[in-house]
Amino acid sequence: MTGGALLAVEGLRVEFPTRQGTLVAVDGVSLTIAPGEVLGVVGESGAGKSLTGAAVIGLIDPPGRIGAGEVRLDGRRIDNLPPEALRRIRGREIGAVFQDPLTSLNPLYTIGRQLVETITTHLDLTPAAARARALELLGEVGITAPKRRFNHYPHQFSGGMRQRVVIALALAAKPKLIIADEPTTALDVSIQAQIISLLKGLCRDHGTAVMLITHDMGVIAETADRVAVMYAGRIVEVGPVADVIHRPQHPYTRGLMGSIPTIAAEREALEQIDGTMPRLTAIPGGCAFHPRCPHAFDRCRRDRPELMAAGATRAACWLVLRQAAA
Amino acid sequence: MSDFAAGATPLVELIDVARHFDVSPPWLNRVLERKPRALLKAVDGVSFAIAKGETLGLVGESGCGKSTVARLIVGLYRPTRGEIRYAGRRIDANTANPAARRNMQMIFQDPYASLNPRWRVVDIVAEPLRAGRGDERGPAIEARVASLLEQVGLARADGSKFPHQFSGGQRQRISIARALAGNPAFLVCDEPTSALDVSVQAQVLNLMRRLQRELDLTYLFISHNLAVVHHIANRVGVMYLGRIVELAPTQRLFARPQHPYTRMLLDAVPDLAHTGKPRTAVAGEVPNPLEPPSGCTFHPRCPYAAERCRREVPLLKPVPHAPLGAGEVACHAVEEGRIPAAAKTGDSIWRRPQTGSESGRVDRL
Repeated sequence: MTGGALLAVEGLRVEFPTRQGTLVAVDGVSLTIAPGEVLGVVGESGAGKSLTGAAVIGLIDPPGRIGAGEVRLDGRRIDNLPPEALRRIRGREIGAVFQDPLTSLNPLYTIGRQLVETITTHLDLTPAAARARALELLGEVGITAPKRRFNHYPHQFSGGMRQRVVIALALAAKPKLIIADEPTTALDVSIQAQIISLLKGLCRDHGTAVMLITHDMGVIAETADRVAVMYAGRIVEVGPVADVIHRPQHPYTRGLMGSIPTIAAEREALEQIDGTMPRLTAIPGGCAFHPRCPHAFDRCRRDRPELMAAGATRAACWLVLRQAAA
Repeated sequence: MSDFAAGATPLVELIDVARHFDVSPPWLNRVLERKPRALLKAVDGVSFAIAKGETLGLVGESGCGKSTVARLIVGLYRPTRGEIRYAGRRIDANTANPAARRNMQMIFQDPYASLNPRWRVVDIVAEPLRAGRGDERGPAIEARVASLLEQVGLARADGSKFPHQFSGGQRQRISIARALAGNPAFLVCDEPTSALDVSVQAQVLNLMRRLQRELDLTYLFISHNLAVVHHIANRVGVMYLGRIVELAPTQRLFARPQHPYTRMLLDAVPDLAHTGKPRTAVAGEVPNPLEPPSGCTFHPRCPYAAERCRREVPLLKPVPHAPLGAGEVACHAVEEGRIPAAAKTGDSIWRRPQTGSESGRVDRL
């Protein structure tokens, strides 16, 4: 795709072979992230957003596998690398922050030891220099008295502080890209705000790109530059964050935005998308959203729409073509 | 309470209710290691009233005691202190009142844990019907279950299925049908939509509003999500470390929050309207409830804290210089007029950098 992209995902397909046949959890996803850009990936549970992130860093658990497509980092293909080479890229070039900070940290080691280990694995530093770098990182993510906290165990930190440590770990080797999968979901709102501003500030300072995966549109609205909306394993709409939120083109995005209660507006009833996302075993033909779509017509049941330009965004919806023709 | 000055008895009333948990180490450890007794004051002096047909929202961060309040009201915990009244009669444990108990039901957060996976839906929904009047079966109960299922947007035939055959939103509908089975007047909803996706959350919230209209229900709606509470509640109570710090009609609370903690929460909520807008992050975390700060428990995080705040616990009082019914707030700074006049939502009052505190970064995004 575009030459300047840091991460380029092209036609990604993640599938799970089962006895009943192959389930396709992510189907033909293409996206790019520019250096220093925050790309939000939103969707409801089961939309395939976490699997897309896991595929980028090569963390799909067997029997799941990448069935088709390419993942390129800085123009270099990384999805077909042997596990050892991929392991070196993870951490060195791509950092990861997951939802639950307690499971991302080893409870038996002090956070200082975990940081130093990560740093010396990826960077060629002496133990003393690695320790200095670790202290610097802890200060950078807003942990006061880093020297004292260095020797503490994860259980001695609160949830928000733990997530700061996880972010420090992700940043340890100065990666160009961070995959953040629901980084604030387990945290309270006031702590969530702190972590968001921390992530955003760090990206601005270091020029790190972020793929921010979350179900929370509010977090996306405040953090992301562009946003991709996923439904049933595909991207249904992608575009600049303000356009997708305020002028969505795809009926699913429109319903999703209308269903979110906000403090800014007084609403009698929330907009409602009837039904639920289809299971992987029963994804409808044509456009996967057509059984729930109020505007579905013949073509939606027959052909699967690809992303096409619609307003300021790109949406995978036949209505866009129909409106353009009308 | 000012809202009930008209003389009508509130449907549910809590008067200075407290619940303390003894979390001391075992006796031997206390003796050998000289550890003191530890008392967790999960709820510490909460008073409010809910009028018939009203929805009172209760918000707060994790550990503030909102779920404990729910459990106290439905009788899953006994209060350490205080009175809980239903329709004017005491229902806290010493004077058990089964009739009042039958009039209240609870909806839980996790629809995967709150439905028995071995029971068919029809039995789950019928259980409250049978529990009250012996183990009767028959067409009357079947008909009632069918009408309940239809009322919550499920099909009559769904009764013969098991919970695992339903999605999260549908399970929450089953929970609601079960709660409605005994014709309750009052529902305690503890984070009923927190485990659901937004589009499904919208379905359940719309359903709850419709049922409230049709059946004249009264809700206590507990959530950590301010936007959801804003949408569904008539009045909102904000809890912090076991106490209510502000209690006000929803519109007033969101338009002109008084208590510094309420302002902070409202500032922190990520909202769709905020795309690309600068925002200030807030400092600090909820303190350890085992060793709450002295005086006003919010003072270590409060930019307006003064000597009196460190010393004296503020009481919930009507907002000064406000019309009747503008709600109540527990804050010395508001009472003394030390806070700049109520800021509009979005106008941040959190600009003063707090150096030294653990998360003292006040970043402008």
